[in-house]
Amino acid sequence: MTTALFKRSAPTRASRFPLFNPPPVDQVAIEERVANLAKRSIKKASKVAGLKLSISMMDLTTLEGKDTEGKVLQLCRKAVRPLDSDSDLPSCAAICVYPNFVRIAKDALGASGVKVASVATAFPSGQSPLEIKLDDVRRAVEFGADEIDMVIDRGAMLSGDYGKVFDEIAATKEACGPAHLKVILETGELGSYDVVRKASDLAIAAGGDFIKTSTGKVQPAATLGVTLVMLEAIRDHFYATGTRIGMKPAGGVRTAKQALQYLVVVKETLGDPWLTPDLFRFGASALLNDVLMQLEKERTGLYQASEDFSKD
Amino acid sequence: MSDITKGAPGVPQAGTPASFALDFGKAWEYAPAPESPDHVKIAPKYELFIGGKWTAPQSKKYFDTVNPATEQKLAEVAEASAADVDAAVVAARTAFEKYWAKMPGKERAKYIFRIARAIQEKARELAIVETMDGGKPIKESRDFDIPTAAAHFFYHAGWADKLEYAFHGRKARPLGVAGQIIPWNFPFLMAAWKIAPALACGNTVVLKPAETTPLTALLLAQIIEECELPPGVVNIVTGAGATGAALVDHPGIDKIAFTGSTAVGKRIQRAVAGTKKRLTLELGGKAANIVFADAPIDQAIEGIVSGIFFNQGHVCCAGSRLLLEESVHDVVIRKLKDRMATMRLGDPLDKNTDIGAINSKAQLERIKELVASGELEGAERHSLACTIPEKGYWFPPTFFTNAGQAFRIAREEIFGPVLTIMTFRTPDEAIEKANNTMYGLSAGVWTDKGSKIFHMATQLKAGVVWGDTFNKFDPSSPFGGFKESGFGREGGRQGLGAYVEVE
Repeated sequence: MTTALFKRSAPTRASRFPLFNPPPVDQVAIEERVANLAKRSIKKASKVAGLKLSISMMDLTTLEGKDTEGKVLQLCRKAVRPLDSDSDLPSCAAICVYPNFVRIAKDALGASGVKVASVATAFPSGQSPLEIKLDDVRRAVEFGADEIDMVIDRGAMLSGDYGKVFDEIAATKEACGPAHLKVILETGELGSYDVVRKASDLAIAAGGDFIKTSTGKVQPAATLGVTLVMLEAIRDHFYATGTRIGMKPAGGVRTAKQALQYLVVVKETLGDPWLTPDLFRFGASALLNDVLMQLEKERTGLYQASEDFSKD
Repeated sequence: MSDITKGAPGVPQAGTPASFALDFGKAWEYAPAPESPDHVKIAPKYELFIGGKWTAPQSKKYFDTVNPATEQKLAEVAEASAADVDAAVVAARTAFEKYWAKMPGKERAKYIFRIARAIQEKARELAIVETMDGGKPIKESRDFDIPTAAAHFFYHAGWADKLEYAFHGRKARPLGVAGQIIPWNFPFLMAAWKIAPALACGNTVVLKPAETTPLTALLLAQIIEECELPPGVVNIVTGAGATGAALVDHPGIDKIAFTGSTAVGKRIQRAVAGTKKRLTLELGGKAANIVFADAPIDQAIEGIVSGIFFNQGHVCCAGSRLLLEESVHDVVIRKLKDRMATMRLGDPLDKNTDIGAINSKAQLERIKELVASGELEGAERHSLACTIPEKGYWFPPTFFTNAGQAFRIAREEIFGPVLTIMTFRTPDEAIEKANNTMYGLSAGVWTDKGSKIFHMATQLKAGVVWGDTFNKFDPSSPFGGFKESGFGREGGRQGLGAYVEVE
């Protein structure tokens, strides 16, 4: 038996992208750039505006084996009205749950405007046959998911089977129907910024509406560095096509200060149109309360105890 | 001239039908975040620091130092005459013979360490004064100038008792009294670059800061006083060109170290010809920053920006000539424009300011003159459309395309935030163009291929070649020029050689 020298899946749509040649990424310079941007001093009115904006961009997330109806309902209430005492605060962008809780969340959120995002495609590993993954997606959409957060096949990515990665994303996009597709690259498993860039370009070319860093199940999850690399892929796509792809760092964004740093990186890389929940999201759970605490501090001049904020 | 604007969303740019403009507008603005100068004490008047004492100038003359961002007077500073310089040299000679040359290296090291630590303790105050006196953004004085200055003292303190290991077993003796003249672009850091190695090697010092930026050198004198160095080991004489000339011409000087313009450097070299005085010169530059098509382009953009806009381009090793491989010319220009649209020009004390004030009116005039010559010669000018404050000296970040290799903007050092962009086709052509200058201080190479960086580094006639980065400095890394950028090295083991006689 002979072994093929190069890995090859069935003819792929990726092969129709002969110019799939992502630019190299310099790690040192990326990290220097985000370190510099993280030093922007965000005070007073711009701090308050940035924190409110970041609430409106949050995908409030619970993805645990021990999730229950009760837990999801609590989270829905928090997403709609993050702080009882302040009705001026925006709602979060979405709730992010497993497919089993999509219906419950959808019913609970009703006409609040808060979307329901569901992870699918054998989240978080993605190590299941494509048919099962697509079925996972279709059902989540059937249950009422507005957005689908899929995972790419990292094994295929790292073994160089880009065609497989591309085809799975394209097929998932098709299965989504009207639902928006966020493509999770799981950057913590990709090993280098070069591969992150390559995966970003593939995900965008295959039809992802958003690209997303992480499942939250692998460390490191989102960092400013991988976020900048992904934003640069989004920028190059915009330069070439005029189409705006969204970005979602997920996992690891826990403090208000970090959230503002991400917004600075977005603002100074892609500009104003991306400063909206339509094009930028945070996948987070602990972040919201820290943002609320900082906002209360700005409003009252005093730090409140963490017990003053509901832990849902 | 075309303006670099913040763009309009989703509108195809003229001439590039398939491309779309980014929009850096006002969706989320940064509130002012000024560093408060309230706790910083700037005296109304500064005397000369000679023999460990604050001494009124025999000339009885004082000059003003102003904040270039506001044109407000910060203080009056003594103008040292030839007689004052003579007193300083005598004090330095006495200190050399009586204390410093005799002192064991490990004892000298303790003093130098003490200075380094004192700089760290006063870092915030020093950064604020540096920014007020010179116009550079506080983020640069805070994160670069002051910490790097402290690092130079720490590094050289470590050498003070190890000099015999620096020269392969040969004994190194100090030269005597070093006369040091420094420029206005990195006032405090240049003082550290000059003083730290001189002291480590056992020399004493008479230092003259630039007349537009004397304050932080005087604060350093205060630190040296507080660190209780023996009187006369470090003397600071303030003044302009005449003071510098008196120092250069003084027969009691054993060594002149000068950083500044090539024109003045040539005059100094003539003046010391045929004397016992040793000389090192760190002069101008017109560095090529070379970007190959296989470079990480987005990161190269950052290198281009920091290469020319760091410290408003008042950097002798600035990457002021950008050489682009022709195939990436358009994409680099486009990305550079978008990157520049996010730059923030204004109050140097604001922590978010990227571009501060031009150091002086005279320098602003020189920049304007050279930019006008670029336009006259037919290059295309692109400047950031930003609000220029009413008071103070300012110049918006600017680059020129369609510039000829023979244009003045491609040959002369502008020493401002002005970049001249040209193209090349092959590595050999890049080398030829990069070396086609009377200067040779630094160069940058951007490519994803390590082998190409090393090849270029061997061919470029420049004292420093940066690979996939720009404007990086470390006390352990020697810095200095080829050709008319000067001679001698500062920093590292090589830098010690300028301050010792090796037996």
